[in-house]
Amino acid sequence: MMSAKYLAQGDLSAWLGALAQGRRVLVPVRENGAVVFRPYGPGVAPVLSRQADSPPKESVFPSTERLMEFSYSKDPENLGKVALDIKETVNAPATVVFGGRPCDARGFTVFDRVYDTKAIRDPYYAERRASTLFVTLACDAPETTCFCNSVGSSPVDADGSDVLLTPVEGGWLVEAVSERGKALLDAPALKDAPASAQEQAKAAQEAAVAAMPPAWDAAPAAAKLIEKFDDMGFWDNVSAKCISCGACTYLCPTCYCFTVTDERSGMKGERIRTWDTCMSFQFTLEASGHNPRPTKAYRLKNRVGHKFSYYPDIHKGPIACCGCGRCIKLCPVSVDIREIVRLAMELPTATAGKP
Amino acid sequence: MTTMMNPYLPEIATVLEVIQETPNIKTFRVVLNNKDRMAKFKYEPGQVGQLSVFGVGEATFVINSPPTRMEYLQFSVMLTGEVTSMLHTLSPGDQVGVRAPLGNWFPYESMKGKNVVFIGGGIGMAPLRTLLLFMLDNRKDYKNISLLYGARSPEDMAFKYDLPDWSSRKDMTTVLTIDREAPGWEHKVGLIPNVLLEMNPSPKKTVAITCGPPIMIKFTLQALKKLGFEDDQIVTTLEKRMKCGVGICGRCNIGTKYVCMDGPVFTYAQLKELPNEL
Ligand SMILES: Cc1cc2nc3c(=O)[nH]c(=O)nc-3n(C[C@H](O)[C@H](O)[C@H](O)COP(=O)(O)OP(=O)(O)OC[C@H]3O[C@@H](n4cnc5c(N)ncnc54)[C@H](O)[C@@H]3O)c2cc1C
Ligand code: SF4
Ligand code: SF4
Ligand code: FES
Repeated sequence: MMSAKYLAQGDLSAWLGALAQGRRVLVPVRENGAVVFRPYGPGVAPVLSRQADSPPKESVFPSTERLMEFSYSKDPENLGKVALDIKETVNAPATVVFGGRPCDARGFTVFDRVYDTKAIRDPYYAERRASTLFVTLACDAPETTCFCNSVGSSPVDADGSDVLLTPVEGGWLVEAVSERGKALLDAPALKDAPASAQEQAKAAQEAAVAAMPPAWDAAPAAAKLIEKFDDMGFWDNVSAKCISCGACTYLCPTCYCFTVTDERSGMKGERIRTWDTCMSFQFTLEASGHNPRPTKAYRLKNRVGHKFSYYPDIHKGPIACCGCGRCIKLCPVSVDIREIVRLAMELPTATAGKP
Repeated sequence: MTTMMNPYLPEIATVLEVIQETPNIKTFRVVLNNKDRMAKFKYEPGQVGQLSVFGVGEATFVINSPPTRMEYLQFSVMLTGEVTSMLHTLSPGDQVGVRAPLGNWFPYESMKGKNVVFIGGGIGMAPLRTLLLFMLDNRKDYKNISLLYGARSPEDMAFKYDLPDWSSRKDMTTVLTIDREAPGWEHKVGLIPNVLLEMNPSPKKTVAITCGPPIMIKFTLQALKKLGFEDDQIVTTLEKRMKCGVGICGRCNIGTKYVCMDGPVFTYAQLKELPNEL
């Protein structure tokens, strides 16, 4: 095992500066009252004290990206004849995502099983994923909306990360999780970690795990949600408040649905992919006018069903929710996915808040 | 090109021929511009493709020419919205994008040695055409073949160029029907499920393949059940809104199944296993 390093608080910007050599480094910063991931540069102060409001999903899966460029050209010999040319536009800048939480990095492991498989590989995603490293900060103060420990994870989970930072006195213990992460530790800002720092980190990790609300195992929800599939009373009830804004899906580190549209101006144009949401009426509307998910109850059922039932079924276990709690915290009408899942499992619903 | 293909990148194809099938259906015969790719192009009856008009978008259509006749790829397009409207303006020589083949196909292997009843309604005849022509090209592998094809009116019948052959062949039975009497119409009049009951095909060693508008499928299934067909003797294709066609964009699922990868062909027995969200 790799010996751990120590980063003093005062050396943070030195390390960030080193990481930013020839790469884009994304850090959580405060912008218009929200904490979001933005490029690091001189004078940028990362906010590491709390979970960012939006996850670093855009680092690997931008909300809008060009898939290809196309152009039409007239044959000079025969102006009636128009030729078509298509150019693939994969763009994968070397990136470090710094200061995300374990749930944020783990979110991409949900994508990996869909976007980069033996059968089908999405090159836009796969190449960006391969060029992006995650320096993750273990949580020491979980939020009231966090439930990673109920979906097979924990506040100190290193799954999907390349480096894990754990807060210790005066700084952080810095541990490489992946081979690629090791290379990031080779920086003058990092010192060999004293034994005391390693012990403090261990204690901090244990404290973080203990600080979480009691875990309830969400795995049995897979079968329970199917049992409730035709119980529209249940779904009408849990979706009653929803206003179909889609915020829950756009802010979710594990939501990956998209749409594709073309833009053309004159003889040129581009094909663009943008995030899409199953919470929208148009998502499944068919040409005949038929819509298999006609009301918000059907659409919320699909969102919860996909995360807690269909995905775990297809991928033999893993739940497509990392328990980050953003959809709960940021839903304008306080729809709580934990409550829905627990209701389906016939567990008591009072999950919010500290004990 | 990299070792792994980009699943979103269409191949450029040229429109060879455009056929006005009905007032709102046009058929496009296209060939891939890359001759080598065209020569090696492989697909199975029932598989679909995405046609692109760059600047407007992509939409899903069945390849309705069979792989046994590979001079071109044929798509029949009903006018519904943006992409289909744009496709309807194309003429021979125009360039389109093709992403194919996608999805699964008809289980023609397991139908060998059996009777086959085709029941198609409207544009739903398109996937059936592929399999029917494929079976006619491998005629000895199958027993009795019968076709029931219905449209609203005589003008709404697509594939008119196929009908004389299908109607006159000794090795298949063809029944055509329209919803209401029309001058000069010499075939059946009546809704597909009713005509099917009249035809009274025996379910013994038989597979029924049906495709059409949802309401037709619903009543056709009931008729087939009445005739004694078991759920695994009935095959149909599903339509869902699709984008990526390769199981990634997350749009076309019914529970754990993705119509673009696990479908569009399903047996009625498989459909019954799915959550009720058709
Ligand atoms: C597996 C499969 C095979 C198909 N085969 C054929 C075929 O052989 N011939 C044929 O004419 N049509 C076929 N369709 C339907 C065809 O894909 C849609 O009619 C077409 O995509 C509509 O595109 P548009 O851009 O013109 O419509 P839009 O302008 O996008 O929209 C018009 C309306 O159609 C809906 N819509 C958009 N895309 C689809 C879609 N893919 N499926 C259903 N509704 C959609 C929209 O919600 C809207 O209500 C098939 C669909 C599937 C899924
Ligand atoms: S954020 Fe809340 S209101 Fe908006 S779509 Fe999601 S559940 Fe509905
Ligand atoms: S569903 Fe909610 S809690 Fe789960 S990963 Fe998405 S935003 Fe986080
Ligand atoms: S069309 Fe994208 S998942 Fe099926």
